[in-house]
Amino acid sequence: MNIHLPRADVTERTLAIVGELKRLEGPLIPILHEIQDEFGYVPEESLPVIAQELNLSRAEVYGVVTFYHDFREHPAGRHVLKLCRAEACQSMGGDRLAERAKALLGIDFHETTPDGAVTLEPVYCLGLCSCSPSAMLDGELHARLDEAVLDALVAEARQ
Amino acid sequence: MTVRIFIPRDAAALALGAESVVEAISGEIAARALDATIVRNGSRGMHWLEPLVEIETADGRVAYGPVKAGDVASLFDAGLTSGGAHPLCLGKTEEIPFLKRQTRLTFARCGVIDPLSLDDYRAHGGLRGLERAVVMQPAAIVAEVTESGLRGRGGAGFPTGIKWKTVLETPGARKYIVCNADEGDSGTFADRMIMEGDPFVLIEGMAIAGIATGATKGYIYTRSEYPHAIAVMSAAVEIARAAGVLGTSVLGSAHAFDMEVRTGAGAYVCGEETSLLNSLEGKRGLVRAKPPLPAHKGLFDRPTVINNVISLASVPVILDKGAGYYRDFGMGRSRGTIPLQIAGNVRHGGLFETAFGLTLGEIVDEIGGGTASGRPVKAVQVGGPLGAYFPRALFDTPFDYEAFAARDGLIGHAGIVVFDDTADMLKQARFAMEFCAIESCGKCTPCRIGSIRGVEVADAIAAGIEPEKNRVLLADLCNTMKFGSLCALGGFTPYPVMSAMTHFPEDFSPVPMVEAAE
Repeated sequence: MNIHLPRADVTERTLAIVGELKRLEGPLIPILHEIQDEFGYVPEESLPVIAQELNLSRAEVYGVVTFYHDFREHPAGRHVLKLCRAEACQSMGGDRLAERAKALLGIDFHETTPDGAVTLEPVYCLGLCSCSPSAMLDGELHARLDEAVLDALVAEARQ
Repeated sequence: MTVRIFIPRDAAALALGAESVVEAISGEIAARALDATIVRNGSRGMHWLEPLVEIETADGRVAYGPVKAGDVASLFDAGLTSGGAHPLCLGKTEEIPFLKRQTRLTFARCGVIDPLSLDDYRAHGGLRGLERAVVMQPAAIVAEVTESGLRGRGGAGFPTGIKWKTVLETPGARKYIVCNADEGDSGTFADRMIMEGDPFVLIEGMAIAGIATGATKGYIYTRSEYPHAIAVMSAAVEIARAAGVLGTSVLGSAHAFDMEVRTGAGAYVCGEETSLLNSLEGKRGLVRAKPPLPAHKGLFDRPTVINNVISLASVPVILDKGAGYYRDFGMGRSRGTIPLQIAGNVRHGGLFETAFGLTLGEIVDEIGGGTASGRPVKAVQVGGPLGAYFPRALFDTPFDYEAFAARDGLIGHAGIVVFDDTADMLKQARFAMEFCAIESCGKCTPCRIGSIRGVEVADAIAAGIEPEKNRVLLADLCNTMKFGSLCALGGFTPYPVMSAMTHFPEDFSPVPMVEAAE
């Protein structure tokens, strides 16, 4: 489950994270990962802090955050269900399962259910192509999905 | 003697319930007070049999699979710990035809050893290549790799030794070895399996590359979609550092080499080497124009070797057994072995390492066993989302860089995705364009705009709007993308599109919709 700190101390935590990782060569991506781990997304308030500490412009930092699919600008639902949409999963009926997941949750990809329970996201390859279709629910992998397994995953996520 | 029970920690096994099998087996060991221990190995690559449980017997390892938690009690009743008979018993692991038919050089230890035991690694021939490299002249190491005929396994097939030679000969106060572990192609999982199943072989290969070129720092750039690989790889780096395999004195020599594992952030284009370098530097993953080559000006503008995981992981065996040993496998200019990744709608999916030269038909029909659905094979996409779709008519194509290129295809990272006759090739062509549109870094116009126009044209064909004219337009657009794009993303997206249109024209001539009568 995605449970994260309240965002009151964004600046303070950002400073601490940047301080810890600044010594790395090319530290920006590791910093953004750490920030997203901490808050569940990359809060806008953290960007000027990162920019200042790394001697970058805010635009540069914002450009990086928005370039990569992983970084969220808003918090996700309590659970994140990622369905693989790539070719190997397509060959085993992945598209049908994706439609089913959308219908069960009543949302499209990149959306969160109104109760904040589940965010549905596409992923392009989990490297489980020999046992497709596959999915990831809150970091846990599931392969050889069928309707029953998908329904169970969705039910688990909705709780 | 304590019986060793092997249960993979590979992501595929985990995704198929390996954790609950471990729990059940631990429970039975305790309940029955048996003298047995569980080893978490990598995967043998027979993914249709995962989770594959193996028992070490005096006679060799015996395999059971696919095992579900519910099968565990009956397995113990049947005498699992002594390799007893059971409906799930597959006999000796090494005798399973899928495994027996392989030539495992790069994946020799994968699935066999405990991936995080350096002792296990050494006991199975690990570190011999590096031990040899530390006492060799850099130029001699480079010559050995060149001599082996090893070509880049990421897809481009550039001779690894030539790349290393360029970096060796480029002066620089600091040089880098960057391992491209951003395995984003659908249908591929070889990099993931090596990182999860035999991470030390990659560390050893990178250390050899460092010594050969004068680089002292390495980065493994992998994907956030691979959390298990990241965990195993990071732990292995720590272990290697503590054991003196990495650090200021590699294996007690005067050579220094250390490395870090870095995680990407969900951008497919970062598998392109120059985009990857930008990402490592903390920038947007925009593709760089070449020249300058990364070998001259790579990471932080320093001379940089950037190689795929499998290229680097193949180096230790070359140094250990000699260039000739490796070169003697294969055909034509494709030397050595290639880990085929058989995926999609296929009965026996998994990793099959073999010398180059098997035909596509042998791979799909004999080794893969045809489709999982039991329906006829319609198309096979080789080389990931940028690879061509081959029909049965091209099943005589041998697995070789040049042979695939001669038929307007590519072997890429050797991912093979099988589709049965329910596949709609116009839809697959549209997806190729859509994927390019989603993942384009945006730097060059043919890729950024071309892919979006490509989706629209494919939709027009599907809707029956001037299909003939739109097919010509799609071919023209592909031509522009192929020759006008900066990197392989835009440049190779035409492969799946054009191959689908060329080999499956019937799917591009949908029955026109009947106009509603007034």
